[in-house]
Amino acid sequence: MSIRIILDKCVGCKVCIKACPFGAIDVIEKKAVIHFEKCNLCGACVPVCKFVAIELKKETQKKADLSGYKDVWVFCEQKKGAIQSISYELLGEGRKLANKLGSKLCAVLLIGENLSEQADELGHRGADIVYLVESHRLAAFQDEPYTKVLVDLINEYKPEIVLCGATSIGRSLISRVAINIRTGLTADCTGLDIDPEKKLLLQTRPAFGGNIMATIICPNYRPQMATVRHKVMKEAPINKNHKFQVIKKKYHEDDLHSRAKLLEVVDEISSTINLAEADIIVSGGRGLGCADNFKIIEELALTIGGAVGASRSAVDAGWIPYSHQVGQTGRTVAPKLYIACGISGQIQHLVGMQSSETIVAINKDPDAPIFKVATYGIVGDLFEIVPLLTKKFKEILK
Amino acid sequence: MHIIVCIKQVPDTTEVRIDPKTNTLIREGVKSIINPFDMYAIEEGVRIKERLGGKVTVLSMGPPQAAEALREAISLGADDAILLCDRAFAGSDTWATSYTLSKAIEKIKDYDVIICGKQAIDGDTAQVGPGISAHLDIPQVTYVKKIEEIKPGHARVERMTEEGFEIIELTLPCVLTVVKEINEPRLPSLKGKMKAKSLEVKVWTSEHLGAKLEDLGLKGSPTQVVKIFSPPAKVGGQMLKGEPHDIVEKLSHALKDTVLQSRKI
Repeated sequence: MSIRIILDKCVGCKVCIKACPFGAIDVIEKKAVIHFEKCNLCGACVPVCKFVAIELKKETQKKADLSGYKDVWVFCEQKKGAIQSISYELLGEGRKLANKLGSKLCAVLLIGENLSEQADELGHRGADIVYLVESHRLAAFQDEPYTKVLVDLINEYKPEIVLCGATSIGRSLISRVAINIRTGLTADCTGLDIDPEKKLLLQTRPAFGGNIMATIICPNYRPQMATVRHKVMKEAPINKNHKFQVIKKKYHEDDLHSRAKLLEVVDEISSTINLAEADIIVSGGRGLGCADNFKIIEELALTIGGAVGASRSAVDAGWIPYSHQVGQTGRTVAPKLYIACGISGQIQHLVGMQSSETIVAINKDPDAPIFKVATYGIVGDLFEIVPLLTKKFKEILK
Repeated sequence: MHIIVCIKQVPDTTEVRIDPKTNTLIREGVKSIINPFDMYAIEEGVRIKERLGGKVTVLSMGPPQAAEALREAISLGADDAILLCDRAFAGSDTWATSYTLSKAIEKIKDYDVIICGKQAIDGDTAQVGPGISAHLDIPQVTYVKKIEEIKPGHARVERMTEEGFEIIELTLPCVLTVVKEINEPRLPSLKGKMKAKSLEVKVWTSEHLGAKLEDLGLKGSPTQVVKIFSPPAKVGGQMLKGEPHDIVEKLSHALKDTVLQSRKI
């Protein structure tokens, strides 16, 4: 792979400089110059050049035989035996991809005991085949045995696509699996599609803190693997008439060895709902002034059935635990409704919540950046507005 | 204890702005910084060294200017710095990046623990840490928020989850990726700054690593970027004005359906 400027064609118009996400192009003496130490060979500059003066040569990678790979797989996460909602979202998206490819949709479930009900649940959500692996050593997530099983299954059945949730389990597990399989993995996709001609999986994801979007393919290796963020895809509907098959795989305990041992699971239930799962989040920031004032945020959240979030400054001030932090150094969320109270909207906060469907911002500063992403903006005193809103919703929801 | 901390130099995304006319990134004047999560990794490495003795080696793959990031890590208490720098590494995706880093770690040898930040803020993939441990075939724990105990051959750590945390015991050598909650990084010391000035950052190329060329850089990367574009702009925002009661009336009316459909009790 190489990139070069065709000097005869370059007119020094500088359009390519702006297109380069890596700041790797300069114009020196009216000709574009590529700084190779910064260039990532992404090719973003090539189509913007009206003079066709940038040439990107792609060497073809060694082609593996990809013909034997078929079906769309979804890794279904369970905690304490309960299927996580991300799995249904993946099955919903997986179904669309499988239909476009004319292939089957399969679910992979690793679970300890009492498994038949959960397998049926996945079948009712549209899985044509459910691969089920039973062992008490798989009851709770552990990197090594989970990786072993998933790698074995992929090598045996050769799926074309594998989807996994971009959760604390998924991101940890699937990275390890992709390395062992020697295939590509795209993290945190917000859009998936099939290229109608080449039948490749088009994986679109945000980068640079959500400032740009990139579409990524994996042309020469299989399976094509992607993790998908929470709440981005629609859950597969329940259809109890859907026909499916359950394939059970047995493992000997000794084959599920782990050098890491889970000693204890500690659930910290500091608010009603976990942030990543919540459809409604009410968040508080520096504008609250003190820890005690988080009560009005909590009360609104409780009233409308949402979780409590916070900006970094509120967390750093010690008003609320870190587990509530939304943003770049906290959690990325995309609920149906996000209400930001007294949050100015630093870019680090915005990248963590701007994919929310409806955003309400309440802030006394009319120039606060949060208003740029808000569906509904209110310039005003949150200590006045928020309690009124709580009261109003108490009436509505009575 | 020999602790290897993997770091990445990234553009400070908090300074990245979008040109409203062209909808492209404005990168002029954007500083390069150590990936913020890697700052916690460096600090944790240095703390382990201070408790148990040993040394901290910082490792980075990147262009020549990434040496600055490594120097900064030295000023924060690391002892040794290695930069993996070669045209052959350009265009690496997470597979090739973690392969390259793991080859360097194999060459460093005799390590007890590898610490990485949970993810980098430019790519946000969180794949390189687990990738390194997979290549090296050693155990890993991601999202570590506390190291409860660490000694040669053994560690007990707390791993952050969506609902709380897990306590995990594992054998060394291992890879740990850390979250913000694990510590409060210190500022560089004067002594550290002096050391950073005089220390020579070792530079290793693909030849030093004895890595297979077809597994490096773009050639070794299964994924390819085919398109880069600006995210669709948020449209339809409106400001609600009037007396608080009127605003709340309007707002609750607008949100009523969403709340009724989404709330969990």
